[in-house]
Amino acid sequence: MAKLKDLEDYRDEIEQCVKCGACRAHCPVFGAERREGRVARGKVALSQAVLEGEIDFEAKVMEDLSQCLLCGSCCAGCPNKVPTDEIVAAARRRIAKEKGLSTFGKGVAAILGRPRLMNSLAKTGGKLSALIFKKLPDNSGLRLRFPLPYLEAGRTLPYFTDQPFRERCPERIEGEPGKPTVAFFTGCGINYMYPAVGEAFLKALKFLGVTVIIPKDQACCGLPAVSAGATATVEALAEQNLTALTREPVDYILTACASCNAGLVKVYGDMKGDCAELGIKTRDIFVFLLEQGLAENLAELPSVTNPVRVTYHDPCHLRTQGITKEPRDILKSLPQVEYVEMENAGTCCGLGGTYSVYHYDNSKKIGAKKAGHISASGAELVATDCPGCIMQLQDSINHAGGKQRAVHILELLSEALPEI
Amino acid sequence: MFDSATLRLERANANEREADFVLKETQMIDTRIIRILADIVGKENVSTEKADRLCYSYDATQQKFLPDVVVHPQTAAEISLIMKMANAERIPVFPRGAGSGFTGGSLPTRGGIVLATERMNQIIEIDTENLVATVEPGVVTEQFQQAVEKVDLFYPPDPASLKFSTLGGNVAECAGGPRCVKYGVTKDFIIGLEIVTPQGDIITTGGPTMKGVVGYDLTKLICGSEGTLAIITRIIIKLLPLPEAKQTMLVLFDSIDGAAQAVSNIIGHRIIPATLEFMDGRTLDCVRQATDLQVPEAAQAVLIIEVDGDKEFLAKQAQKIADIIQPLGVVETRIARTAAESEALWQIRRSVSASLRKVNPDKFNEDICVPRSKVPEMIRKVDAISEKYGISIVNFGHAGDGNIHVNVMIDKKVAGEAEKAEKAIEEVFKGALELGGTMSGEHGVGIAKAPYIPLEITEKAADYMKAIKKALDPNNILNPGKIFLDQ
Ligand SMILES: Cc1cc2nc3c(=O)[nH]c(=O)nc-3n(C[C@H](O)[C@H](O)[C@H](O)COP(=O)(O)OP(=O)(O)OC[C@H]3O[C@@H](n4cnc5c(N)ncnc54)[C@H](O)[C@@H]3O)c2cc1C
Ligand code: SF4
Ligand code: SF4
Repeated sequence: MAKLKDLEDYRDEIEQCVKCGACRAHCPVFGAERREGRVARGKVALSQAVLEGEIDFEAKVMEDLSQCLLCGSCCAGCPNKVPTDEIVAAARRRIAKEKGLSTFGKGVAAILGRPRLMNSLAKTGGKLSALIFKKLPDNSGLRLRFPLPYLEAGRTLPYFTDQPFRERCPERIEGEPGKPTVAFFTGCGINYMYPAVGEAFLKALKFLGVTVIIPKDQACCGLPAVSAGATATVEALAEQNLTALTREPVDYILTACASCNAGLVKVYGDMKGDCAELGIKTRDIFVFLLEQGLAENLAELPSVTNPVRVTYHDPCHLRTQGITKEPRDILKSLPQVEYVEMENAGTCCGLGGTYSVYHYDNSKKIGAKKAGHISASGAELVATDCPGCIMQLQDSINHAGGKQRAVHILELLSEALPEI
Repeated sequence: MFDSATLRLERANANEREADFVLKETQMIDTRIIRILADIVGKENVSTEKADRLCYSYDATQQKFLPDVVVHPQTAAEISLIMKMANAERIPVFPRGAGSGFTGGSLPTRGGIVLATERMNQIIEIDTENLVATVEPGVVTEQFQQAVEKVDLFYPPDPASLKFSTLGGNVAECAGGPRCVKYGVTKDFIIGLEIVTPQGDIITTGGPTMKGVVGYDLTKLICGSEGTLAIITRIIIKLLPLPEAKQTMLVLFDSIDGAAQAVSNIIGHRIIPATLEFMDGRTLDCVRQATDLQVPEAAQAVLIIEVDGDKEFLAKQAQKIADIIQPLGVVETRIARTAAESEALWQIRRSVSASLRKVNPDKFNEDICVPRSKVPEMIRKVDAISEKYGISIVNFGHAGDGNIHVNVMIDKKVAGEAEKAEKAIEEVFKGALELGGTMSGEHGVGIAKAPYIPLEITEKAADYMKAIKKALDPNNILNPGKIFLDQ
């Protein structure tokens, strides 16, 4: 059985916080709103006070705990590596247990857990959301990212595909003998919003002769539910993915979405039960491509006379796992790309799973800073490795009146590779 | 009673409060006072919520004192009104920057009001003609440094906490860092202040000129006063031209004496490096134990030396330093050629904090300072103390100015260790004083070192200081009980 840790299980980690305040330099939410309750140190202190029975989950405690992107930036910059993101997620689960899921959290659990609710949801929703919900199946994490308040806030959204990626492709694409076999964990973003990224993924692996399995019954990784504190939902999704991804033997499970990667590696990896295995096998696509020697292949491609200026945005869910070099290496070795590094490439885009649903204003503030850095870099394209970031980056650029486009590195890679 | 007319009290009382404004009485403060505060700073900037009081109850000492109310003013005028009210009502006020202090300076030890400067975070002006900047106290040190470096100017003071500490906190503690050996500490760059006095008057000290001798030098008095004499609301800072480049080298020695001699010899040759950081053998043991960084077994001390200035001179100067120190038991010299290589050299120093923690769960970090030449003697004293009490003590710090971070490492859960640590620390302080040093080079007194004050300051000198405090803050409203526990 997949089982998430309780807040109680984080007692030791909480005690590791020496209250130094270093996280004030790293927490994007604190950057947007300079109050101690918004920073990791404050959230850890509140969690600690809850554990010690010093305070109850009163409104202000819940508000502060809701003000977290679960981005892990604080943990990466913390001298003692206190996992505030995990602590906050555990605290939210405890809130859900004690107080019941919040209205929004309830929506999360309902959508992911009980498919039939979808229709009634679509009925009560506005026109736009009904339109989107029609195209989204019941258990997609994207439903959590686009509830009503989100859609009404003047946001630019990507086009939703009529035919989800996993419905367009076969479940198994045979590669060359002697090459690895991988499972492609698509995640909701690629499946429903950016199927072209999925196509690009397949093209790259075909180029290398890798056998790809794309299980149709894979589900959302569950990260939005982690964010909402919906324990049972996360655990159920983990079980479903365990079944889907272990049906056939594979060497690796690949992701092209930073959040899904963190979901599989960190969330499942930390679970009590078999799901932890999934985490061990999971690789980010660019880590895999580099290991397979793709950079050398790319170096042999003829160079291009009019390269396009591209910069890279580090998705938090990769950066905090130390994956920063591999996506850049692939990007830099593309013949049509002139790479420029932007200032603060490693700061959060401001999406944070369900965060931007609750806190669109702060999310916009964080995004606006990012848009400024993108513009200052002089790049025409900002490439990244996460559909969620792409969506948020494009929204921020649009709000700032910029002309840049946000793309997935795989799309650029696909452009560069010869047709086969 | 407090004069209601000046503070729009009447309006505050008469006004109907919105329903969602949480008014919770706390021990010291009733709803009337909270209304006054809300009227001064706006209700969204006053909180008596338990959650907020908890979040402003601690600093890096890890001690905890609940305030009654947290306020976030934005202007000197607001702070002035708060101080007047606090005086009238006899409520203590505790100024707070980032809460990164190591001695508890910002802790609301007597309840009352925490006055946080987080909203006062504007860089008001960077005057590139006169090389002077004016900032609000809540500006984060590193953000200010980056802003001035964009226009090729330089603000050298670099406490290790610069990414999150505030300039107000830096001035109040007179913070220092590695670069201070060449450039001086925070107070050497502060030429003027706007402050709110404990009784609520707004005054300015000094000004934007490089010289100024009219009246007492209040600017210097406020620097390092730990928020007990005034609340700083504006800071005028002197800047330098940004050095063109810097070069980093790391030298491993077979003894601490060699490293110390190296420091003297370098300076004796009229070279003042921008940074002269050292780590002792016990620190290196921890690094070896906790990381896979390359530290040869023979190395018993490390110096990280950084020189800055014109590009052409740097390579030459680095070579000259290498030659000067070669005979002093050098095990290995590493010179960085690129920024990335320099960062790699710093890696050893940056890993210390985490390494210590891996080896021992709890540590007391003291920051004594002795005359430069007495560093080896001090380290021998510390070694002896460490042996006497059977607890591990490691030393590292700023060799260039004799500022040693003495880290007493224990496991608080083991019975008796905390007491031993306390005794050891007292002996360390005494040892430093015997060598003509001081108990604290950077972190201040706060409450953590207050009990030891009589070791360093004579009764007469202490009375002199207390007389100043008493004259300026007769009701003992501003940050009471800090530096002098009996105040
Ligand atoms: C990891 C770490 C490393 C550190 N390294 C160094 C170092 O290398 N060198 C060093 O010197 N220190 C160091 N410190 C200590 C600390 O960062 C400094 O003392 C810093 O100056 C405190 O700034 P702050 O904004 O956090 O102030 P706080 O901790 O909030 O307050 C410190 C004192 O300043 C007062 N104060 C704050 N703002 C004002 C104001 N506007 N007006 C009047 N009084 C005010 C407070 O009342 C209090 O007494 C370190 C701390 C940590 C946690
Ligand atoms: S950086 Fe880490 S140890 Fe320091 S206050 Fe933040 S969470 Fe705590
Ligand atoms: S996970 Fe991100 S948003 Fe949450 S406390 Fe850490 S840095 Fe801040």
